[in-house]
Amino acid sequence: MKVEGKVWRYVDTDVIIPARYLNTFDPKELAKHCMEDIDKNFSSEVKAGDIMVGGKNFGCGSSREHAPVAIKASGVPVVIAAGFARIFYRNGINIGLPLLEIGDDVEKIHAGDILEIDTAAGTIKNKTTGDTFKSQPLPDFVQDIAKTGGLINYIKEYGDFKN
Amino acid sequence: MGMNMSEKILARHAGLDKVEPGQIVVCPLDLVMANDITGPPAIKEFEKIGKPVFDPEKIALIPDHFQPAKDIKSADLAKSLREFSRKNKIKHYYEAGRVGIEHVILPEFGIVAPGMLTIGADSHTCTYGALNGFSTGVGTTDLAVGMATGKSWFKVPEVVNVHLTGKKPADINGKDVILTLIGKIGVDGALYKSLEFSGEGVKELTMTDRFTVSNMAIEAGGKAGIFPFDEVTKKYVDEHVKKNYEPVAPDADAKYCMTVEINLSDLKPVVAFPHLPENVKKVEDIGEIKIDQVVIGSCTNGRFEDLQIAAEIFKNRKVNPNVRCIIVPGSQAIYKAAMHAGLIDIFIDAECVVSTPTCGPCMGGYMGILSAGERCVSTTNRNFVGRMGHVDSEIYLAGPHVAAASAVLGKIATPSEVK
Repeated sequence: MKVEGKVWRYVDTDVIIPARYLNTFDPKELAKHCMEDIDKNFSSEVKAGDIMVGGKNFGCGSSREHAPVAIKASGVPVVIAAGFARIFYRNGINIGLPLLEIGDDVEKIHAGDILEIDTAAGTIKNKTTGDTFKSQPLPDFVQDIAKTGGLINYIKEYGDFKN
Repeated sequence: MGMNMSEKILARHAGLDKVEPGQIVVCPLDLVMANDITGPPAIKEFEKIGKPVFDPEKIALIPDHFQPAKDIKSADLAKSLREFSRKNKIKHYYEAGRVGIEHVILPEFGIVAPGMLTIGADSHTCTYGALNGFSTGVGTTDLAVGMATGKSWFKVPEVVNVHLTGKKPADINGKDVILTLIGKIGVDGALYKSLEFSGEGVKELTMTDRFTVSNMAIEAGGKAGIFPFDEVTKKYVDEHVKKNYEPVAPDADAKYCMTVEINLSDLKPVVAFPHLPENVKKVEDIGEIKIDQVVIGSCTNGRFEDLQIAAEIFKNRKVNPNVRCIIVPGSQAIYKAAMHAGLIDIFIDAECVVSTPTCGPCMGGYMGILSAGERCVSTTNRNFVGRMGHVDSEIYLAGPHVAAASAVLGKIATPSEVK
């Protein structure tokens, strides 16, 4: 997938979707409250195609899949971070939200920058600064899940885990 | 090179003689667990797959987060879980009055046992590592696929060896141990890794201490937090587990990516400041911090021994007039035991609220939401921004001893400060 979009920059976050909204799992409802406890403007101003960029241990804490669901339903096609919390990372792959880990290079991306991303190749071009980055590749097993668009599609396609 | 406990459990389940860190294995699961928040979306995903449940006896669906229902939407979630459980004859579904906090009742009901491989759609599923199992939190999609196939994939983690030595002082409990560890290694100190506990100090920790420690492995980013099987585990398991089980022990030459030393004799009562569990300080060093609310309970510290520790401090004392103190026993059995032991009398005489078992206050669900500017000392597990209510409220994490002493004095305090 190739995407181009404007950056919403966050440092760390554990407040992608506050627990008070977890009495629903409707993606559109969740998107209305995405990031609201740290950025009141996000849900009203984010545009489809915008890119979220975070720091280390992004998405730490709860196992709530509502978090990547809320980000995806906000129109964000890909999240880039220095690193992701383990459960959030799995959840992102499972729902077909590409997550790119680029370590300290994340410091070279700022709010409002325009990025051009090839999620399959893991290449990121910062069109605002000219910098280019490469993300850590996914293990082959996990790439197969990502390629089918998430774990449910994968299981439907193969009937079970492949190995 | 030998294997550690994480590798042994994963290898055994994958049907392999040996596994190594980084290797991806597909394993059959012994238990798949979800609650009233994560279960309903998992059910929706499960239905897309179009297979029956893999084994109705190996699925646990626990309505504990927003139940008894706090509002209409939460009632809808509970209904979805209830109807699915009835339709699919889920063995471990428990209705209000029979249920408790998931990570308290699964061990108490003997559903989790040593050597088991468990996934749960709740990040604190790592609690069962206290019983020598490999158990880890996942999201709703992994859970849905687990319910349909009875399997999940795992990347074999590197393991951090937490080597415990010394003697546990009387005013120290499991919360001081795990907060001290998280303070040392940070909230991502064990990211993508397991914690395994070793050393002479392990036997100093009661089963309640161990549940608290394993429960918060995720607060260091950990995938699991596993204790060895010993006499303490065996006694607990003999009292609760009716099925066969197979414990694991690490090989003498097992590989660890890092060893962290903790001398229990050196520990002091600690508190984690807002807004991360790694902001750990000794209570004796913090000066005067006034508080508005105290919560004692949760999957971290809602067990009988936790309530006993709190009751010792509340006996013949009152909660400070400026503080509300909410006590949440983790299960119906704990509630009843506390009542028979006279602890509930002590709490009510001290002017505490005593609630039915629920996860409510811990994640800002209900039963003790904080207003702007309020400070809470809580025995729960996370002090993130807005976790228990308003974004401008503050959570200080501590054990039941510090929480009860703080409730009495109206400021964050050690038990020794209560006269």
